[in-house]
Amino acid sequence: MVFAVFAPLIFAIIIPFISRFKRKIHTGWLILPVPLLIFIYFLQFVGRDFSTIMQSTNWIPSLDISLDFYLDGLSLLFALLISGIGTLVVLYSIYYLNKEEQLGHFYTYLYIFMSSMLGVVLSDNVFVLYTFWEFTSLSSFLLIGYWHYREKSRYGALKSMLITVFGGFSLLGGIILLTIVTGTTSIQEMVSKSDLIINSEYFLFILVFLLLGAFTKSAQFPFHIWLPDAMEAPTPVSAYLHSATMVKAGIYLMARFSPIFSEVPLFFVLLSIFGLVTLTWASYMAVRQTDLKGILAFSTISQLGMIMAMLGFGTTYGVFAAVFHILNHATFKGSLFMIAGIVDHETGSRDIRKLGGLMTFMPISATLAVFGTFSMAGVPLPFLNGFYSKEKFFESSLHLEGSGTFVEGLITAAPIIAVVGSIFTFVYSMYLFFGTFRGEYQESELPKKPHEAPIMMLVPPAILVLGVILIGLFPNFFNHVLISHSADAVYGDSVTKKIKFWHGWDSRAFQMSLVVISLGVLLYLTKSKWDSIYSFLPGPLSFNRVYDWIVEKVESVSNRITTFYMTGSLRLYMVLILTTIIIITASTLVFTGGMNFDVNDLAPITTAEIIIATIMALGAIGTTIAKNRIAAILILGVVGYGLSILFVMYSAPDLALTQLIVETVTVVLFLLCFYHLPNLESGTKSFTKTGTNLLISTGYGLLMMLIGISAYNSRFAETISTYFMENTYKLGGGHNAVNVILVDFRGIDTLFEIAVLFGAALGIYTMIKLRQDKGAK
Amino acid sequence: MEIIMIVLAAILFATGVYNLLQKQLLRIIIGTALISHGAHLFILTMGKLKRGAPPVEAHGVSDYADPLPQALILTSIVISFGVTSFLLVLAYRAYKLNNTDNMEKLRGSE
Repeated sequence: MVFAVFAPLIFAIIIPFISRFKRKIHTGWLILPVPLLIFIYFLQFVGRDFSTIMQSTNWIPSLDISLDFYLDGLSLLFALLISGIGTLVVLYSIYYLNKEEQLGHFYTYLYIFMSSMLGVVLSDNVFVLYTFWEFTSLSSFLLIGYWHYREKSRYGALKSMLITVFGGFSLLGGIILLTIVTGTTSIQEMVSKSDLIINSEYFLFILVFLLLGAFTKSAQFPFHIWLPDAMEAPTPVSAYLHSATMVKAGIYLMARFSPIFSEVPLFFVLLSIFGLVTLTWASYMAVRQTDLKGILAFSTISQLGMIMAMLGFGTTYGVFAAVFHILNHATFKGSLFMIAGIVDHETGSRDIRKLGGLMTFMPISATLAVFGTFSMAGVPLPFLNGFYSKEKFFESSLHLEGSGTFVEGLITAAPIIAVVGSIFTFVYSMYLFFGTFRGEYQESELPKKPHEAPIMMLVPPAILVLGVILIGLFPNFFNHVLISHSADAVYGDSVTKKIKFWHGWDSRAFQMSLVVISLGVLLYLTKSKWDSIYSFLPGPLSFNRVYDWIVEKVESVSNRITTFYMTGSLRLYMVLILTTIIIITASTLVFTGGMNFDVNDLAPITTAEIIIATIMALGAIGTTIAKNRIAAILILGVVGYGLSILFVMYSAPDLALTQLIVETVTVVLFLLCFYHLPNLESGTKSFTKTGTNLLISTGYGLLMMLIGISAYNSRFAETISTYFMENTYKLGGGHNAVNVILVDFRGIDTLFEIAVLFGAALGIYTMIKLRQDKGAK
Repeated sequence: MEIIMIVLAAILFATGVYNLLQKQLLRIIIGTALISHGAHLFILTMGKLKRGAPPVEAHGVSDYADPLPQALILTSIVISFGVTSFLLVLAYRAYKLNNTDNMEKLRGSE
């Protein structure tokens, strides 16, 4: 199983090398066997006596993350869909993409996707599941932006990336909380600990995060907006990712976690409500589209909403119908996308207003489309699988249980909403088929003269349509070997439902179907009379606008914030830094009780020191108000010399010496420079700025004073200087303790201080000598 | 006496910061010089003042001033000298190139 998951990924590495030979043979042929073999591998598990399989491989054992692959009915259904439709899509793409395209890129992305999707449905470890989950987002992004020179492709890719990764992060939050609550990373163990999860204080967060993850991935209302824009991808990608597999990842997630939440009504209510809203809104919007793939995109959203609602009903009927519809939808929607791609390929247009009357030119495609669209619409014919699951959907909407006013309201509303959504489904299905293949042929509108596609291109949709018919004809066979096992995995209990075509005239579900069809036909025939309603209902209320508005606002607001404080003014940055220092340090000092004014053990005060200190203080203040640069420099010198006298008084001869020399040299340097610098201006003219400067500098001075006084008497340990004094001669061989410390005890400091001086000298030299801008030579 | 020295250091810090907040390069450099003076005085004061003879071993002396802060300050003086001289030359070059020493005008253009 591990190999089955990683085989496409391994091949994704090889693809760029073999795609060099694409002149001779299309890359797709070379790698076609990979998904086929995986499909055959998974096919062996299908059967009546199915039992779950668990395989484990170590990955990061210290974090309890291992590649656990768990195969039960649900995973098996998905694995078969992914590998089976994957095979057909690769076959289809061989004819869809010609050899001029960058095939290496295409198949690499596609195989990364295939691998990660298999990983999503087979992982038992939540973190491994998340890893694969994000890989699907990533590869989907790459595939949507495959024709990256098109503006709309890039827009669609970015949009789907932002929305699905947003959901992915919520999912990560959800699974981290789940792991914290249950102490395990395995989904199966979490299921067994569902009480712990439901009673935990994080329960609401877990629920919301998981729902966000599933709703964004599966394009549920109101996160559905990325899917129509993802139609800029090549059609095989749309058929594979955006109808059959990736968009069902959210549904898979909900199905996988629903045993955990089986006791919680809120989970099911939320799922059903969002599912039903998605179903109606998207089917309503689909009628409005003019692009074939646009119709199919909204139709996918609506069908996903329907599956989500059925999962949300949470009854045996609902779960069974949901699982059944996953399979059915994958078959007919995949084939419809492929046919839309063929129409586009052979006529050069996907605009339904330009198409029409193609049946005479493309009889085979039209025949295949009949099955696809009628199955999607749920027309009651025994060889269309869509009808069965639609019937089950109505049936399940009638058998809701629960109490509470909200739930009861939902129970009454669900069948009505289901019927309304299905009516629109019927309308757009008919519109899709009749608009494309019947009606008048408009020769002048089409860039190409239409003709039938090559036979091999028709094989993949034909196989899918064959699936539609076979499931329609023998539903109970598929039920026993596959679907009932999947439903068991979701519901946790054995669900064996008979699938019957004929329930009798008195069956409510059948009556609902009849209502759908009769009203649907009526609405379709009068479509031109009522479709002006779209300028009112979605009209300005577009979620795309909300998305665009958010994206635009995030950019402009962050830009505004950045330009607000990143002005490029050094003074402003200094103000910000110093204010932060003052506020944080002062509040720490106050709130931790660090203030300490208990001053004793002070040296006696002498007059000489007072005089020098006063001179220094006056000098320091003088520098701030001096208007003459020489004056400022000389006053600074006074402060420096004053400091060296203080050093003398405080028994620091080496310091006094160094300070004297350094001060002299510094003053000389200042004097050398001042000649080249303009005269001082009298500070800032603005009163508020001067005020702020005064406030900050006094505040900073006061703060340092407080720290100094508080620190002076808070000694926790004896000084180590007695050691230095005792060992200066014994160990260092010198009498001057300061010098011995500098070159012996702490010689490394001195080494790097020399390095600093050297660096400064070198820097000064280069600054003066190297003048590229002047063009010296 | 230590309290007075702390106050003096605080005044040096305050005036240094005030100069730092000005827009002329020369004033900013004067500000940094004042702040380093303040810091040196601060270090010395924190190591207790007037506690005996200079830390040079001599006969008959048992009470010495703390040598460690002095060593630290000595290192610091040299480093701040290096930085100050570098800044001065930088200011000189900046003025020569841009014809202004006003920091409000010396802004990068992204």
